Amino acid sequence: MNTIFKIHGGIHPDEEKQLSNPGTVLDAGVPPSLILPLSQHIGKPSSLCVAPGDYVLGGQLLAEADGMVSVPLHAPTSGTVVAIEPMPVPHPSAMNNLCLELECDGEDHWIEYAGCEDWRVETPDTLISCIRAAGVAGMGGAGFPTAVKLMARDRLPLQTLIINGTECEPYITADDTLMQVDAAGIVEGAQILAHILGVEEILLAVEDNKPAALDAMQKAAKARGGDCNVMTFPTKYPSGGEKQLIEILTGKQVPTGGLPADLGIVCQNPGTAVAARDAVCFGKPLTDRIVTLTGRALARPGNYRARLGTPIEHLLTVAGFDPSQNRRLIHGGPMMGFALESSAVPIIKTTNCILVPTEQELPTPPDAQACIRCGLCAEACPASLLPQQLYWYARAKDQEQLERHHLADCIECGACSWVCPSHIPLVQYYRAAKGMIKESKTEKIRSDRSRDRFEARQERLERETLAREEQRAARRAAAEQKAAAGGADDPVAAAIARAKAKKDSAGDESANS
Amino acid sequence: MLTLLQSYPLFAALIALLGLGLGFGAVLGYASVRFRTEGNPLVDQINQLLPQTQCGQCGHPGCKPYATAIAEGGAINKCPPGGQETIDALADLLDVEPQALDAEHGEEKEPNVAYIREDECIGCTKCIQACPVDAILGAAKLMHTVIADECTGCDLCVEPCPVDCIDMLPRKGGIEHWRWDLPEPNENKSSIIATDRAAA
Repeated sequence: MNTIFKIHGGIHPDEEKQLSNPGTVLDAGVPPSLILPLSQHIGKPSSLCVAPGDYVLGGQLLAEADGMVSVPLHAPTSGTVVAIEPMPVPHPSAMNNLCLELECDGEDHWIEYAGCEDWRVETPDTLISCIRAAGVAGMGGAGFPTAVKLMARDRLPLQTLIINGTECEPYITADDTLMQVDAAGIVEGAQILAHILGVEEILLAVEDNKPAALDAMQKAAKARGGDCNVMTFPTKYPSGGEKQLIEILTGKQVPTGGLPADLGIVCQNPGTAVAARDAVCFGKPLTDRIVTLTGRALARPGNYRARLGTPIEHLLTVAGFDPSQNRRLIHGGPMMGFALESSAVPIIKTTNCILVPTEQELPTPPDAQACIRCGLCAEACPASLLPQQLYWYARAKDQEQLERHHLADCIECGACSWVCPSHIPLVQYYRAAKGMIKESKTEKIRSDRSRDRFEARQERLERETLAREEQRAARRAAAEQKAAAGGADDPVAAAIARAKAKKDSAGDESANS
Repeated sequence: MLTLLQSYPLFAALIALLGLGLGFGAVLGYASVRFRTEGNPLVDQINQLLPQTQCGQCGHPGCKPYATAIAEGGAINKCPPGGQETIDALADLLDVEPQALDAEHGEEKEPNVAYIREDECIGCTKCIQACPVDAILGAAKLMHTVIADECTGCDLCVEPCPVDCIDMLPRKGGIEHWRWDLPEPNENKSSIIATDRAAA
């Protein structure tokens, strides 16, 4: 049994996990139409390879990866592409983004797909291209293209793969459910990922509030044999943060601005492991996922297997939504999720939970009051930051101090806001401040380039003027030289004489006629 | 000589001090020639803070000339693209009081990017000559286009266009440019202690 380390801070909010009945997967069915955003991941949006009016089969490629950090998109069922236009997407901005609307024909015809017979004999590069072609992006929430993450093997020496089944956020039980129903798939997926990464050690991390999942994982790990080590540790939010989990399991801290790969560690979500297994063993693209639909405004909360692109309103109908009970629709969990303006938005590769709480359950936060410098936030911060200092600097927009206080290490877990007795929306300040810093950095790069271009142009103009002047001077000198050489042979005088002669001859002709 | 100095200590001290003075003077003189800074470093520091749109709204032909003017004591509030943020940064650098933007030179607005309606372009090259950062591509009697990534949104190409086919569009419209806003500080609205709230 490996040692478990402690992290700084953390909180214990009500878990509310039993509400969604972890361990059972319900079917969300096929909605009449699917809305598929072209940007469901971090990186460049996928580039379309179908047009409106095309009939597509389930699993058919709809959009290709555009560049290295991007993933392709596949049809989750058969039907007709009816529109490609900006539509509302699950994003805190409530803005529209380019989406593809697929009208389902209800037949659910699929393309034929096949995977590798034995992944153990394949090279890592082949397996990475399988995972890339299946459109797998991190399913824990960030949506980073999995194939790109796996390419860390080329750059850094790796030792450990961590499958992060912590799922520390209240209400969410999608990973818990997956671990109970498909533990074997997760373990096999983990072994494939470990084979690709060339690592010896696999750690399957499960928090101790999920005994059923822990039991299933232990059995699956034992049954498959090999090097899987199931680890459990006390429940605390946010133990599931990548950097926090690494510290809990290994005692090592990911350096500021660094990646887990710098410590020789790669973290993956259980859902991603299963998606990678499906991609490698069956050649199946990522077209569905388990979503937790929960909250007391639902009659049938639970974990639903839903096709990507399913509109949230369809899922709410399936789960028995009572609109009179609810005012807020939350994408993600209560700590890190964001409110959605419309239930017309679809679920995407990163949607792990849709929370529809009653007002009683998750009341609107009261007005923020003045910071009393109690320091509770600093005690709760899992990244050992000073939230109240960051708060003042964010209000003052003091970018230099924000960076000096390591704002970039904030994981936006919301523990500080949760403990704040003045109900200050601290995380929103940090998100705004991070956006501000990012923007001024890009502006700085832009302005530096503009300066270079402006100066280059000034230089060029100067050079051209000089060259012209030189030419003029050379011409003048040549003319003078010629004038000096030819004596009275002045070109102007010669021209006048020529014109005169011409006029005279013309006069003679007219006189003759 | 030595005995003379010994009998007049005052004289000895004077000579010593004179010698020291000459020695250090020589070192300083050499250093001022050897380590001379080219140009005015303050101009470069100011230029670093200016937004480099090269738009000329300040009345100077580019950001560097304006930086030179500021270094010579000019007003710091003549740059609309930089807005209040730039004025504050300049005030911080020069240790003067920040001022409000001088409305005479224009208003602060969202950054734009020029867009040529390509089928209307007649290929006159006038905008190419006007662009301060060489961000327009084209040749005589051939369609021109703007390299959007290099365009500073200075508006200088709009005026010379004889067929008015250049639009200035907002640069940051899309979802990828969206940023969280700072929350409204509403602690002034709300009460400090619970009994205040009941009264309000």
